[in-house]
Amino acid sequence: MCVAVPARVINIEEPWAEVDLEGTTFKINMTLTPEVKVGDYVLIHAGFSIQHLDPEEARETLRLWEEYYAAIENE
Amino acid sequence: MLQLKMNKKTLNNLLKGMNIDRNVRLMEVCGTHTMAIARAGIKQLLPPNIELISGPGCPVCVTDQQDIEKILLLAQNPRVLITTFGDMLRVPGSTGSLQEMQAQGAGVRVVYSPLDAVNLARTNPRKEVVFLAVGFETTAPTVAVALEEAVKDNLNNFSIVCLHKLVIPALETLLLDPETDVHGFLLPGHVSSIIGTNPYDFIPRVYKRSCVVSGFEPGDILESIFLLIKQLKTGEHRVDNQYRRGVTKAGNKTAQQLMDKYFEPFKAHWRGLGEIDNSGLNLRTQYEKYNAFTKFEVDDIKFNLKPTGCICGQVLKGKRKTQDCPLFSKTCTPSSPVGPCMVSSEGTCAASFYYAGGEKVG
Repeated sequence: MCVAVPARVINIEEPWAEVDLEGTTFKINMTLTPEVKVGDYVLIHAGFSIQHLDPEEARETLRLWEEYYAAIENE
Repeated sequence: MLQLKMNKKTLNNLLKGMNIDRNVRLMEVCGTHTMAIARAGIKQLLPPNIELISGPGCPVCVTDQQDIEKILLLAQNPRVLITTFGDMLRVPGSTGSLQEMQAQGAGVRVVYSPLDAVNLARTNPRKEVVFLAVGFETTAPTVAVALEEAVKDNLNNFSIVCLHKLVIPALETLLLDPETDVHGFLLPGHVSSIIGTNPYDFIPRVYKRSCVVSGFEPGDILESIFLLIKQLKTGEHRVDNQYRRGVTKAGNKTAQQLMDKYFEPFKAHWRGLGEIDNSGLNLRTQYEKYNAFTKFEVDDIKFNLKPTGCICGQVLKGKRKTQDCPLFSKTCTPSSPVGPCMVSSEGTCAASFYYAGGEKVG
């Protein structure tokens, strides 16, 4: 039930935003994330954006996976 | 982009880092995690002394049977059009399921968003559109927006069955139960997108359990388990946030305010856990006219239910396993489910049925 997917905002007509989800575009309601801008990443749940996704943090997590964890020597 | 993939070397290193010299029981609270874990085969990857157990985080599964019966009663009303997320469709009641009633001509429609239900009310003024508001904090704000729309348009033919549940009181109930034998929690990422990580701070402080808020990619979940084991190895208890890209400390304030505007906490009944103070959301008194149960006068009806033999209640508390149930994959299957844990796409029993549960394969 708590499934949410990441998508990128490509157009805004408040309270609607058009988002791109891996090549598919559709409309979502952005009332819950009013400060969203075109180009932002958002989490989509039940036709709404429920939270911003921080691409910097995503990159940081990926960096952690690819550099830090891959390099640590575990006991 | 933003669907992160983990490489094999990292995966192996994380798994090696999970070596711990005692048995560890971790609870994944969220049903979406249960499904992601089963689908990715994570239980089969973990060292044998680390056990993942599913918690009460599947909203369809914890919905009280009395409420299911009332919904089925509502669906018998020829003026009513039930709108629901797909998960509720096949939940069996004593007189069948919504899907069966739909096949017999009852007004039942699956919607993707609560706003679709509001639109149906606008375009079908002669129908009473009832939306089944099931879900945790992730979903409740979206229903609040739908109510906002209904209020704005002064819609008189829209109402909701308000079955929203809150995660924090359920966690506290589990922690207060001396039979709950869990060392750490994998906390729900998308509920946390709304409520933030602050509300979990009491878990390490008061109950001395380790917590990690986790994302939903297989890599996220593995990293979170690794972080939990790391806490347990050093004897620390705190709330780590692995899902930093989608979860902040304070959460989504706009969503919290909207939830608070329309709903107030009340003592809700959970399947398996029983009644828990302040664990459900009710419509606030000034929005009572949107309450479908009072509108159609089914609120006070009590149904006499026959026991089905289903042990969903025990499974939801992590006390028993799916495979302990004599009905599992015999009389209870996804195509003819006895209990809600087999119905819901994120129920523990369905996860075990489709993806071999935690058993080693081959």
